[in-house]
Amino acid sequence: MTDADNLNKIETALHEKIHLANETSKQPLSSEEVSDIVREVVSSLTGDVTAADLKFYAELQDLASYIRHAKQEIADIKPKDISESHIPRATDELDAVVGATEDATNKIMDICDTISGIAESCTPEVSQQLIDCTTHIFEACNFQDITGQRITKVVQTLKHIDVKVEALLAALGEEIKREGGDGELQAPLDEKDLLNGPQLPDKAIDQDEIDRLLSDM
Amino acid sequence: MAVDMEMKVLIVDDYKTMLRIIENLLKQLGFKNIAQATDGSMALKMMHDGGGYGLVISDWNMEPMTGLQLLKEVRTDAKLRGTPFIMVTAESKVENVAAAKEAGVNNYIVKPFNAETLKTKISAVLGAF
Repeated sequence: MTDADNLNKIETALHEKIHLANETSKQPLSSEEVSDIVREVVSSLTGDVTAADLKFYAELQDLASYIRHAKQEIADIKPKDISESHIPRATDELDAVVGATEDATNKIMDICDTISGIAESCTPEVSQQLIDCTTHIFEACNFQDITGQRITKVVQTLKHIDVKVEALLAALGEEIKREGGDGELQAPLDEKDLLNGPQLPDKAIDQDEIDRLLSDM
Repeated sequence: MAVDMEMKVLIVDDYKTMLRIIENLLKQLGFKNIAQATDGSMALKMMHDGGGYGLVISDWNMEPMTGLQLLKEVRTDAKLRGTPFIMVTAESKVENVAAAKEAGVNNYIVKPFNAETLKTKISAVLGAF
């Protein structure tokens, strides 16, 4: 049997074993499982093991090691947390920014309308000055539309990243998913951990609640 | 030719704050009859329902019907095709302007804009104030 025949035989056996294992497990195989299959196939070879066989086996081992290392690196960045915690939180924060600026803009414009109403009872000169001022304020309120559109773009980008991370998780299987944390912040360790910035509207507590908490402590 | 301040103006934008800003600026310019729509399909329905609008000022990026789609619908409708149409949008790439021009836009304003720009562009389309 030639080297080429041996390689074909190994390749066919590997393909069949991996296919069968995939069918059985119904999920992507772990690098350890692939290594086991390779070891089993090579050990089952009959006849002389040629130099080409050994070289091929060594390359497979290197490949398995490389995949295992890459998986570990991916697991270390906790993709499950990125998908289930970080990205949703970031999009919620950005949505809150849009909502808050929209509210503020409307309040500013309400006040402008009030000033415009007052202007009607002023002298023509003063009235025109007030109208000019409110016009400039309305012009400045353009920012809300522009920032809203920019933030929407960022949210779309984050959602695109989320889809890619989900695909990565699906491709790499359960062993990566298990590496994720529980998605919740751990108990504060120091003051830095307490600095989370403004809370989202549905999570924030108002002054009354703070007063009540203080009085209860 | 002087601008008829009694004409009906339709402003189209999916941001309610922007609708309010444009309406206020138009009022400052002297327009009295201003209607609002929040996307192209709503605007088109209003125009078909006997709106008699003398000017449309529309955003581009809206759903389900964009400002460009609205413009194309207006320009292919026998009754509406002559309606002056100004695009007011943050889309400022050359290809955007070219596409709007090709579709028959009368003028194009890039956000953010000021009252003077709005006045100048309306004047270029409708005549002097």
